[in-house]
Amino acid sequence: MVKITFIQHNGTEQTVEGTPGMTVMEVAVKNQVPGIDADCGGACACATCHVFVEPEWTEKTGARNPMEEDMLDFAFDVRDNSRLSCQIKVRDELDGLRLKVPAKQF
Amino acid sequence: MSDVIHTDVVIVGAGPTGLFAVFELGLLDIKCHLVDILDRPGGQCAELYPEKPIYDIPGYPVVSGAELTKNLMEQIRPFGPTFHFGHMVTELKKLGDADFELKTDGGLHFRCKVVVVAAGGGSFQPKKPPIPGIEQYEEKSVFYAVRKMEAFRGKDVLIIGGGDSALDWTNNLQPIARSMTLLHRREEFRAAPDSVNKMRELVAAGKMQMKFGQVTALKGENGELAGAVVKGNDGQSFEIVTNAMLPFFGLTMKLGPVADWGLNLHENLIPVDTEKFETNIPGIFAIGDINYYPGKLKLILSGFHEGALMAQQAFRIINPGARLMFQYTTSSTNLQRKLGVAE
Ligand SMILES: Cc1cc2nc3c(=O)[nH]c(=O)nc-3n(C[C@H](O)[C@H](O)[C@H](O)COP(=O)(O)OP(=O)(O)OC[C@H]3O[C@@H](n4cnc5c(N)ncnc54)[C@H](O)[C@@H]3O)c2cc1C
Ligand code: FES
Repeated sequence: MVKITFIQHNGTEQTVEGTPGMTVMEVAVKNQVPGIDADCGGACACATCHVFVEPEWTEKTGARNPMEEDMLDFAFDVRDNSRLSCQIKVRDELDGLRLKVPAKQF
Repeated sequence: MSDVIHTDVVIVGAGPTGLFAVFELGLLDIKCHLVDILDRPGGQCAELYPEKPIYDIPGYPVVSGAELTKNLMEQIRPFGPTFHFGHMVTELKKLGDADFELKTDGGLHFRCKVVVVAAGGGSFQPKKPPIPGIEQYEEKSVFYAVRKMEAFRGKDVLIIGGGDSALDWTNNLQPIARSMTLLHRREEFRAAPDSVNKMRELVAAGKMQMKFGQVTALKGENGELAGAVVKGNDGQSFEIVTNAMLPFFGLTMKLGPVADWGLNLHENLIPVDTEKFETNIPGIFAIGDINYYPGKLKLILSGFHEGALMAQQAFRIINPGARLMFQYTTSSTNLQRKLGVAE
């Protein structure tokens, strides 16, 4: 099991568990983490699963893929640590991962 | 007042479900008009995932959203459906005993005997960026679509985005705007290379500006926008003077006017029976992703099945007393004649 912590805009934290192979978005939706809308169900077609990776984790989560980079044009307040959570696969190295959820997926 | 269009059936939504309903209704000699807010058929398949593979359409080991749409269009062509794209159905009313009236935001007016709501996840609507206070400017100096180009003549136009809509409108509005600025969050553009090149030429000729960054705040009062505060990619803030802003952040599905038609709703879905897929208002059917019944699966396959059963009841409403005969397309000369394949 890989532990992932989602930090809401107001600071509340929720730590949930995922299994390697799932996407971070799927882990969030399965555990009803608020603010991860995932309208397109993980097809990298909606940008409503936007998260900010906490700085100490950006290296491990890795770089955005080109499709994700394009889709981030449709997100709001995109930062250097922005990712689409449906494009991050859960791996053992990500145990303890911390992500911020934006105030609003629009 | 526009002319009233009289037809048997109006289908709200031209996603895969609405398209295949034309086929099932067509086999029963029922003519359809389809209305969709998008500018092309296919619904989610066309808008959200045209190039992605679908693996669970019976008979197709794999087919893309775009191919499926193209094939459906081919399959329904013999029935000559009429499409009205770029229109949102805003009103649906029952008139007397037998007729329905529908109106669109673009001024179309229909009379029909049966309405098929195949509205999927709702109508596609522009995403509105959550910039604080943006609501007070909407429809006054912030617009999510260009309805009339003339409205932008002599304005200081700011367009935000890097896709086709952003680039097309930058190029089209530049000649009539007083000033034109395109703002995008990065140097790469998703839009067609042709329009990007055209935009770059305008910039090189000093006719417009291209800036990189994201809007964080708006300035102005009483709905009159005066400027946009932008955080540049270097972290520095700057201001762009504008009195007409067009953010293009793609589309999202919102239930929209469907909620106002007097139909029962269950968590934004329309409950139907599983024999006829009729709503609480007889003569109005709901098929595809928009409906709800125990065991519902939001699959294209389900929408097709629902359309076939719906068509049977639609026939009975449109042809009271007529006998409905069950036939196969494989063997019925009658059906094959309708499909244009019989000798
Ligand atoms: C990324 C992704 C992958 C998918 N993969 C699969 C898969 O592999 N297999 C599968 O079976 N399904 C899949 N689906 C689901 C499938 O796309 C839907 O089940 C299907 O599109 C539903 O079709 P529909 O015609 O009911 O609705 P939609 O495709 O949603 O079309 C509804 C149309 O109605 C229009 N509309 C709504 N209200 C109005 C109005 N008031 N006025 C005018 N127009 C209106 C909308 O603009 C839209 O174009 C996937 C969905 C997504 C997002
Ligand atoms: S779920 Fe739609 S882009 Fe991630």
